[in-house]
Amino acid sequence: MQVNSPNFKANVTHALADARLQKALDFTRPSFAGRRSAAVANLPEFEQLRDIGRDIKNHTLANLDFYLETWAANVERAGGQVHWCSTADEARAAVLKICLDAGARTVTKGKSMISEELGINEHLEKHGIAPVETDLGEYILQIRNEGPSHIIAPAFHLNREDWEESFRKVHTDLPADRVFHERRDILTEARTRLREKFLAADVGITGANFLIAETGSSVIVTNEGNGDLTQTLPKVHIALASIEKVVPTLEDATSLLRLLARSATGQDFSVYTTFSTGGRRPGDLDGPEEYHVVLIDNGRSNMLGTEFQEMLRCIRCAACMNHCPVYFTVGGHSYGWVYPGPMGSVLTPSLIGIDQAGHLPNASTFCGKCESVCPVKIPLPKLMRHWREREFERHLSPQGMRSNLAIWAWFAKRPQLYRLATFLAASLLGWLGRKTGRLASLPFAEGWTEGRDLPTPEGDTFFARYAKAQREGKI
Amino acid sequence: MSRETMLNAIRRGLKRGPLPEDQQMGLRARLAGHPRHLIPARSRVSRPEQIALFIRNVEKEFGSVARVADLAAIPASVAGYLAAQNLPTDFAMAPHPELAAIPWDTSPLLRQRIGRAESTDLVSLQHGYAAIAETGTLMLPAAPERPTTLNLLSDTFLVVLRASRIVGAYEEAWDLLRAESQDARSGGFMPRNVMLVTGPSRSADIESTLELGAHGPRRLHVLLVEDDPTAIG
Repeated sequence: MQVNSPNFKANVTHALADARLQKALDFTRPSFAGRRSAAVANLPEFEQLRDIGRDIKNHTLANLDFYLETWAANVERAGGQVHWCSTADEARAAVLKICLDAGARTVTKGKSMISEELGINEHLEKHGIAPVETDLGEYILQIRNEGPSHIIAPAFHLNREDWEESFRKVHTDLPADRVFHERRDILTEARTRLREKFLAADVGITGANFLIAETGSSVIVTNEGNGDLTQTLPKVHIALASIEKVVPTLEDATSLLRLLARSATGQDFSVYTTFSTGGRRPGDLDGPEEYHVVLIDNGRSNMLGTEFQEMLRCIRCAACMNHCPVYFTVGGHSYGWVYPGPMGSVLTPSLIGIDQAGHLPNASTFCGKCESVCPVKIPLPKLMRHWREREFERHLSPQGMRSNLAIWAWFAKRPQLYRLATFLAASLLGWLGRKTGRLASLPFAEGWTEGRDLPTPEGDTFFARYAKAQREGKI
Repeated sequence: MSRETMLNAIRRGLKRGPLPEDQQMGLRARLAGHPRHLIPARSRVSRPEQIALFIRNVEKEFGSVARVADLAAIPASVAGYLAAQNLPTDFAMAPHPELAAIPWDTSPLLRQRIGRAESTDLVSLQHGYAAIAETGTLMLPAAPERPTTLNLLSDTFLVVLRASRIVGAYEEAWDLLRAESQDARSGGFMPRNVMLVTGPSRSADIESTLELGAHGPRRLHVLLVEDDPTAIG
């Protein structure tokens, strides 16, 4: 997928002015957070399960080579094939070769973020193979030639009018004056159209939520059933999976599954949780004849042994973005690549470089909500802070920010002067805002005060208060 | 080549070589023992309560359940359900011996086609291997007698499930598979495909609003056979 992250600031300006997008964001925000909290409230053990989820992932990452080798041996024992791919190029080539060997003309696809990361669709199209996205959200995005704006609800930024408009444009064999009375009518039209595609496809490509070392299985989780049709009907099934998806046993996967749907959509369990192990067996009346897993590193092993190793615990539930005030202000496209929101702000710099993605870890208020809802307890704000440090060390942060930080550092290293300056600033601002307690505009910070007021300091500086409390024996 | 390159990159990251044999043995023992983690208390209840929990959860997820006294009562129950929903009386049925043993001729209007499902099938009938009370989830492992397409292609999905096959937690259902299933070629217990199904297909992709019947069945109806003497509440 094309990288548009360096344009984050311009993307945000565009997103804030986009009334349709803002409508969709406002419409969705309360339900995402509300559904999760209701599901969590229904499972008293949820907090303990988060610790368990974190520990399972940590254990697996510490022994990742062992578990991948075990998993691969079990895939092969069950008649499947594993394609080890270090880079995106290798992975694209592996997928294309399997499709060409199968003589594929069309390929159906289940929703997969790694497929977006690798740009599988573009690559297949270039070689004359037609990929068809079958997840409803991904289907309309393919029609509109857009990327996903969310990792589990890829098209929630679109409104009903957008769906109707796009369907009229591409389903031209249907009466042009047909009426979509309800959302269901839109759904039914997509269902009918995609059913033909499912039946015609030569190859089905899905992602994988987990790989299971013990059994050599890949797992997908969906609500629509499109992933299952994708992997059941064509004669070849390709699962795309990155290396950190492996877990040791079915019991480990089960514990993580108890966290996944609740954190993602607020369901207790997704409608379809499906474990695939090899291809069709003797006597089977359906199922793919060939089963392939394309196993992808594409930058993840570089995160091992660094402070970013913890990010590899991520199970892609989207709870972090569903609770992020920045995400729900700017939308997912502003982030400029595959993974938006807090998890993207940590992962994207690891995968495409901090020089490309430097804005993302800075686009956080550090409110900490993301970490507090993460099912595997990834310390997202801490990791974003690490990226800010690295960006600063490599002199990648903007000049304005660097010179302001330099001014602040000059004062901070001179405590007497620092206290005097903060005392003067606090007194001045306090006096200016003495009537309302806030300032509607501030010289040199109009950009900031344009959208909100600045609360003004009340009383002494922090240092003065701290010293006073110490004198009074309160601390 | 890529395999060694990738494994070496991982080991470099982890700042070690291949795991020493004793540590590998420890990990193999963990795989062989596949220890359970915390199992939520909600399913650790008496048998009648477990079955009630299963039914409650299926209904919460927009499915329905009909309790039938024995296999002989199934044809009338199916015929009644299809009539009430105004559905056709022919359906695709799994070639499972338990389903074949049902006295279908007691409801002569019903017509079964035995085999996998085709895209034109409006109704399918599957054999339920086991079910999980914790979330109202059906476990449907693929087998020659339990084709996967039956779970997916029809509009209305019927499942015959014996009450004795309802367990509390997923872990207990995995143990059933471990004990009862064996693949001749690999020697492993895992079937080609295991679907855990919780309610009918749905999507919230259009304006984050839930609609049933996205790509899979619009209706899920469980025919629950009361074969568990310990479960009569």
